[in-house]
Amino acid sequence: MEPRNEYVMRTVEERGVRFVRMWFTDVLGKLKSFSITPAELQVALEEGMTFDGSAIEGYTRVQESDMLARPDASTFELLPWRGDDAPVARMFCDITHFDGTPFEGDPRYVLKRNLTKAHELGFTFFVSPEMEYFYFPSETDPTPLDNGGFFDLTTQDIATELRKQTIMTLEAMGIPTEYSFHENGPSQHEIDLRYSDAMSMADNVMTFRLVVKEVARANGVHATFMPKPIAGAFGSGMHTHLSLFRGPENAFHDASNEYGLSNIGQSFIAGLLRHGREITAVTNQWTNSYKRLVMGYEAPVFVCWARNNRSALVRVPPAKANHEGEATRIEYRAPDPACNPYLAFSVMLAAGMHGIEQNYELPTEAMNNIFEMSLDERSAAGIGALPTSLDEAIDAMADSELVAEALGDHVFEYFLRNKRAEWDVYKQQVTPWELTRFLGDL
Amino acid sequence: MGAHALPGRLVDGRNMTQPLLIFPDPPPPLLVQTLDFANIPYIAVANTSVAMSVEPADGWAGAVIVAEEDPENAFGICRALRKGDSPVEGVLLLINAGQLSELEQRENLFDDFCLSPFHPKELEARIRHLQYRAGRGSDPETGGYGELVLNFETYQAMISDKPLDLTYMEYELLKFFVTHPAKVFTREQLLSRVWGYEYYGGARTVDVHVRRLRAKLGEEHANLIQTVRSVGYRFGQTRWNSPTE
Repeated sequence: MEPRNEYVMRTVEERGVRFVRMWFTDVLGKLKSFSITPAELQVALEEGMTFDGSAIEGYTRVQESDMLARPDASTFELLPWRGDDAPVARMFCDITHFDGTPFEGDPRYVLKRNLTKAHELGFTFFVSPEMEYFYFPSETDPTPLDNGGFFDLTTQDIATELRKQTIMTLEAMGIPTEYSFHENGPSQHEIDLRYSDAMSMADNVMTFRLVVKEVARANGVHATFMPKPIAGAFGSGMHTHLSLFRGPENAFHDASNEYGLSNIGQSFIAGLLRHGREITAVTNQWTNSYKRLVMGYEAPVFVCWARNNRSALVRVPPAKANHEGEATRIEYRAPDPACNPYLAFSVMLAAGMHGIEQNYELPTEAMNNIFEMSLDERSAAGIGALPTSLDEAIDAMADSELVAEALGDHVFEYFLRNKRAEWDVYKQQVTPWELTRFLGDL
Repeated sequence: MGAHALPGRLVDGRNMTQPLLIFPDPPPPLLVQTLDFANIPYIAVANTSVAMSVEPADGWAGAVIVAEEDPENAFGICRALRKGDSPVEGVLLLINAGQLSELEQRENLFDDFCLSPFHPKELEARIRHLQYRAGRGSDPETGGYGELVLNFETYQAMISDKPLDLTYMEYELLKFFVTHPAKVFTREQLLSRVWGYEYYGGARTVDVHVRRLRAKLGEEHANLIQTVRSVGYRFGQTRWNSPTE
C-alpha cells in the first residue's frame, strides 16, 4: 500500500475515527460531502467511491451520471470541531469517470490543469487571500452584531471571541493565518490566510468557509460570505495576493526596477488588466457580487494598477525591506469570498500567464484618484471599467478564448448557462428599493 | 547513575529504544556529545553492581566501555556483561593506542573497539554497525523531543500527551526533524529528503509546511522548528554548536 494511504488507514484506526468525509466542490464553489466508514476506507483509497454526479451542480451528464470520488490522501485531516469522542476526518477528492480519466467538471481538476501548464513553463503559483465576511444573528436577519469600525477594540464583542475560536480551529487544521481584524463594515471581519501553493490554498478556502460557519453556528450566530449584505456598508472581498516562483526565486522580483517588478511580474499584471473584464464573471459570480463593485467602498471599479491606490484593480503592495525579493507580489482586488476558489485561481493564473506568454506591456501606473476623473479623462488614460452587472460580466466571459481555455468546455458552458439563468430570474425582481421609490411617486 | 537527560530523549519509557550501557560514570564529554547528536539513548554506570541494578527490563542495546582511565574495572564490566542467560551483544571498547596489547586474550569480552581519541562519526558508525549485527539496528519504533513523541509504527504524534493531528506530509516532515535534531537543513535538502521528488510547490512548499506544523504545534511549541536565517531550518535546541553552522 502506498505510504500515504497506509498513513490514513493507521490514523483512522489509532484515533478511532468513526466517519471519513469525502469532500469535493461543485462548479459554483459549494462544498459537497458524503461520509464513508472505516470499513470502506481501503477501497475508497485504492479504487475510489462511486456516487451519483447528477445531483451535483455542474456535474450533470444524463448519459453518465455515475462517477468516482478518489480521495487525495495527502489532504487527510481530522475535523477539530467534531470533538475527541467520535472523531470525524475529511479528505478532498478528485472526481473521475469510471475509466479513471479526470472529470472535466471537477473544479480541482480545472485548477490542476492550469497549475500543470504553468509548471511546465517552470513556474509555481502561490496565493494568499484576504477573507472577509459578516456575522449576523441568523440567516434571515442581517442586523449587525455590533457597530464597531476598523480596528475597534470592543471587549464585550462576541465576534472577537468567534474570530479567536475560528483562528484556533484553522491553526489546528494546519491553516496558518496572518492578520485578523475588524473590517470597515459593521459586524464585518477579515482573516488573512498565509500564502500557500494555489491547490492547497483553494482547499484551504473551502475549509475556511466551513470552519467560519461551523464556529458561528456553534455560538448561535450566522456567518456569511455574501459579497454585499448591507446596502451602504462595505462589502466582503477576497483580495488575493499572487506570486510566481521559479524554484526558490520569486519570478516577480527585480530589485533594479522602480516598482521592484521583473518583466515577468509586469507582463503578469498586464495580462490581468487586459483580461480582467473576461474573468470577472468567475471571480465575482453572483448578481450580488456587483453590488460590491461600486464606487466609494474601496472595491475596484476601474481596470488599472497602482502601488498605493486601493481603488485600483491590481495593487503592488510595498514588500517589506528585510524580505525583499521573497515578498514581492501583486494583489488582485476584484474577487469576492463567494467565488469558487479553484476556478477563480485558475482564471487569474491564466490571465497573468497569457500576459507573460504574449509579453504584454505594463500600462502606466494610475496615479490620481481614478474615482475623481471624468469618463473622458479615464478613457484618455486608457482606463476601462469592470463589468457593472453579472449580465455584462457573462457577455465579456462568453467572448473569451482565454476563459474557455482555462475552464475547459464543460465548465465554461455550464457556467455561462447557469449564470444566464440566474440573471434571468434576477432581472424580473421588483426590489424593496423600487417599491419605496416608485410605488407612491409614480 | 548518570542517566541521560537531554530534551532529545524520550521521557516516557513505554516504547523507548533500549539504552546503551556506558562506562564510566560520568562518561567523557566527547562521548556524551557524540551519543546525543546521534540520538542514541544510554545510561552511564560506575561499576558492575550499578550496571546490574539499573539494567532495563528488556536488556541493554549494547555497551560502550571506556577502558582508558580504569582498564581493570572496564574489563570487569565486560566480563559481567558476557555472563548470565542473555549475554549483552554489541560491546564496544574505547582504548588508546598504548592499550592495544591489552586486548590479547580478551577477544571474547568485546565485539569491536575504537581508538581514542576517536572521531565522533566513526564511533557512531561502529555503534550502529554493532546494533545492526545484534539485530537491534532496525528502525526505532518511536522518537521524540521534549514533550513531543512520535510513534513511527502507528504514525501517531503526541505533544504534552495530547494527540497531534497531522497530514501525511506534515508527519513525514516532523519525523525527519525529530530523527535529525539540532542540525540545520536547507529547504532544498528538506525537499529532496522528505518529499523525495519535485513537488508542485518547489522549495516554498517547505516553508508552507513548516508554518502548518508550527500552527499545529501551537504557540508554546512552535519554536521547536527554528528558522535559520538565509539557510533553512533547524529542529530543537543545539547544546553544542552544530558542525553545519
